[in-house]
Amino acid sequence: MFIQSSLSDKSTFFQKLRSLDYIMLLTILIIGIISSFAMYSTDGGELRYHSESHIIRFVVFFTMMIFISFINIKTWHTFGYLFYILVLGLLIWASLFGITAQGSQRWINLYFINLQPSELMKIAIIICFAKYYHRIQIAHVNRLRNIIIPILILFVPIALVLTQPDLGTSILIALSGIIVLWLAGVNIKYFFYSSLVFIISAPFIISFLKPYQKLRILTFFDPDKDPLGAGYQIIQSKIAVGSGGLTGKGFLKGTQGYLEFLPEKHTDFIFTLFSEEFGFIGSILLLILYAILIFRILRIGSLSRNFFGKFFCFGFGSAIFVYITVNMAMVLGLLPIVGSPLPIMSYGGSSMLATMIGLGIVMSTKIYSRQLIS
Amino acid sequence: MIGSVEDSGFKKSNTINRRMFIFAAAKAVVFVGIVGRLFSLQISENKKYLTLSDKNRLREARLPPVRGEFVDYFGNRIAKNLTVYQLHVVPEQVEDFKTLIVRLKDILNLSDSHLQELIKKKNKQKPWETLIVSENLSWDEFSKINFYLHELSGARPVLTVGRNYPYNDTYTHVLGYVSEASVEDLVNNEAIKERNVPGLRVGKTGLEKALEKELIGTNGIQRFEVNAYGKRINQIDFKEGEQGKTIKLTIDTEIQKYTQELLDNRAGSISVMDIYTGEIIAMNSSPSFDPNLFLYGIEKNKWKEITKNPLKPLLNKTVSGLYSPGSTIKPLVALSALENDVITTNLKVNCRGHKHPLELYGMKYHCWKKEGHGYMSLQNAIKQSCDTYFYEAARLLGVDRLNETAKKFGLGNVVLGKYFNEKKGVVPSTKWKKEAIGQNWYLGETLINGIGQGYIQTTPLQLCLMTAQLANGGHKIYPKIIYENNQENVETIKQRMKLAEENKVEDSNLLSATEKLFKKDEKTYDALYRNKENVKFVLDAMFRSTNEIYGTSFSSRIEDPKYQFAGKTGTAQVKRITEAERELDLKTNQIPYKERDHAWYIAFGPYKNPRYAVSILVEHGGSGSSTAAPIAKKLFKFVIDRHELREKIKKKNLATSDI
Repeated sequence: MFIQSSLSDKSTFFQKLRSLDYIMLLTILIIGIISSFAMYSTDGGELRYHSESHIIRFVVFFTMMIFISFINIKTWHTFGYLFYILVLGLLIWASLFGITAQGSQRWINLYFINLQPSELMKIAIIICFAKYYHRIQIAHVNRLRNIIIPILILFVPIALVLTQPDLGTSILIALSGIIVLWLAGVNIKYFFYSSLVFIISAPFIISFLKPYQKLRILTFFDPDKDPLGAGYQIIQSKIAVGSGGLTGKGFLKGTQGYLEFLPEKHTDFIFTLFSEEFGFIGSILLLILYAILIFRILRIGSLSRNFFGKFFCFGFGSAIFVYITVNMAMVLGLLPIVGSPLPIMSYGGSSMLATMIGLGIVMSTKIYSRQLIS
Repeated sequence: MIGSVEDSGFKKSNTINRRMFIFAAAKAVVFVGIVGRLFSLQISENKKYLTLSDKNRLREARLPPVRGEFVDYFGNRIAKNLTVYQLHVVPEQVEDFKTLIVRLKDILNLSDSHLQELIKKKNKQKPWETLIVSENLSWDEFSKINFYLHELSGARPVLTVGRNYPYNDTYTHVLGYVSEASVEDLVNNEAIKERNVPGLRVGKTGLEKALEKELIGTNGIQRFEVNAYGKRINQIDFKEGEQGKTIKLTIDTEIQKYTQELLDNRAGSISVMDIYTGEIIAMNSSPSFDPNLFLYGIEKNKWKEITKNPLKPLLNKTVSGLYSPGSTIKPLVALSALENDVITTNLKVNCRGHKHPLELYGMKYHCWKKEGHGYMSLQNAIKQSCDTYFYEAARLLGVDRLNETAKKFGLGNVVLGKYFNEKKGVVPSTKWKKEAIGQNWYLGETLINGIGQGYIQTTPLQLCLMTAQLANGGHKIYPKIIYENNQENVETIKQRMKLAEENKVEDSNLLSATEKLFKKDEKTYDALYRNKENVKFVLDAMFRSTNEIYGTSFSSRIEDPKYQFAGKTGTAQVKRITEAERELDLKTNQIPYKERDHAWYIAFGPYKNPRYAVSILVEHGGSGSSTAAPIAKKLFKFVIDRHELREKIKKKNLATSDI
């Protein structure tokens, strides 16, 4: 066993290169290319601001992901807490000095990019928990101390993001964390009780929501109540997807997007636009690509010899799944509208950065799958 | 220790894998759910959402239909279309109505009162209804608006169709006028309702109204794509509308204009009719007004001017004005009496003047001639228009037999039917009086009926038709104002008349019935008389009335046989003349306008080979011989001079219609 570990430690660059997961890389590339076309379409069939910067970001962050892949998984384990604290610091920074846009203070101006720390937190929380549960023996998982600390770790960023306010991201951070808690073997009854408490307290929580958030939840249940107001987005999104049909209206021919009936078409509603233009077949293809991606991530996780990598891959793979399904369910009218981007597809540097860091760590887990972490 | 760690690690690994597996299974389910949702939206409900998406992006605009034009007999356009530039605003699509309207005021120099009116109008209508800010922009204003359009969201410069009557007031009573469609128009006329667009002009009176369905045309349709903000992105489809039918009238503009000149703004009417084809060559009611004033809604003071005018310019006197025919009825009374064998042409009646009027049951019946005519034959009685003779003739004839003849010749009924708001007038009978007034007929009323006074009321056009039907030898004709391409030529009509005459001698009813069966489309020009000689006699008497000395219109005669015409004057009293007034014997201009007699003249010409019948009325114009007959003299010359031209164009029309 020591020999094996030392082997992987000392494997040559070419061996590392060979052990990259090429299927996963290819999948990411294809999704990236699809997203570039979708972005091109949102710009009205011209290479303008959104499509240009999206493509540049994808290329830059994809390259970055390859670099991250070669960083030893051990390093990520070592700096796991530090990363979390760093991101938490950025979050506090954003809350204090951040840029406000559309009534929400969630960005930090880094001159070359407006960074949204809450997006990074989605990854950081998984890394942090992966490290936390890496060491803890299964028998000790359900000790009170081991329940309270993770909840605190999870609660602080959620609270910070909620106050920005950014309901969507905070929910996604919460879900990312909870997934790892679940994987770590936290007793099912805790999940059961806490969801019970959540359901009971839901009315009180709702009363603390901002009026526009309340409206969104209400319109989810009856979008036709106010078709030009709060229900507008969801109605138009459904019209766009529905009118796409089996084969779609064709590239650059989606009238809903082109004629600006779709709100937020670059970001949260990119799938709607894609689905309108490429139809059921295109949507299913995209879903299959995401499924392959998630499947590869989970497979890498299951092959990892260290718990850190396993936790991270399972956690991250599941989180990606959650992001995708929340986004799709939202634009298809199955969930209320909360801000949640579609990984890789949606416009947004921070989201892309976070996703690529995550994928990089997954790739690193693959390359260093035999690495043992004490 | 190591073993337990190993064991613990194994257990941990197991837990993770087990939980991952549960979660993965849940993921699969959720994925299937998403796919199912996609399927239901994109496959099952695709049609519904496709429709919704099209509804989102496509807007249809109906363009105003292009109205059909009117042309006269020679093809001159007498009502045509204009391109009109307008500015429309849909209040619903405007962010801030007040700012917009103030901005528009600056650009177009709108007056404050106009602005007030707009705001009033806006408050009255629904927010999605179009508000027409400016009805008729000049090209400069229109281009100015287009220049500033980007800052005038909600304002829409519109190209629309307006109406223009190049001959101004010449055709007003024939064509009528157009104006913006009212609520009543929309309710009463399905064709208008279907084609309505903001600012649509529809016919309000005359032929413009009567022929609305033919004239209106169909809407052009413009389909275009809009974005989420309602901004037009591009035009997808354009369907041009069909222009309404062009309608050709039988009227000759030159003659029509001339009749207007002849009436010279006096209240009155002139009609000219082809005695064979029934084509109306001119039909004028005076005074007239400019129909172009109504296109954008007439100004209040101008409207007031028209309605307050005592000469009643709004009334189409030719078809809707009712007047006692006066002495113009006498040829008909004579014909009726002869036809019914109640008198012969040899009957003589002594007219002894005002000192010895005809007396009946204590009532006195005067002739118009103070000193009396002396012994009158029928011929002389028509020629000199002796009232006393016709009192006697009417007394012998009786009102019901006169009624029958009058109706046959076109009195008491509409002439053109559906086109105008025509009055039927009254041709009294004993039965009519009982039904309409509820009283028995008095013989005295028969007497005054005989000289065209009393209950009898006719329109100028009816008298024109009567004259035409006498002049063509006593045959029924079919008056028309709209040109018919398949119109028989005059020779054919004359042959038919001859045929009708021959048939009449044998067995009129049976033969004409079988005839009708064989030749369904052919019009029958039925003989309206029993004995042709009677008609000839009356026409001859009318000739003498105009062309022999002592004839009432002798001073208006034309001796040149080319223009020579025959006619009958009429002077219709508008009120009963009292004994005192009879004593005074005032001149026309000494009597208040409203109490003056109406001057009538009916005539046909050229006498040798008659072709045209005219009826002339000058309201309160005094005597027929001094006022109306001189008009006929000028008119006949003008009409007959244009006869060749008319025949030429008719041949050309027939030739082209054959192809």
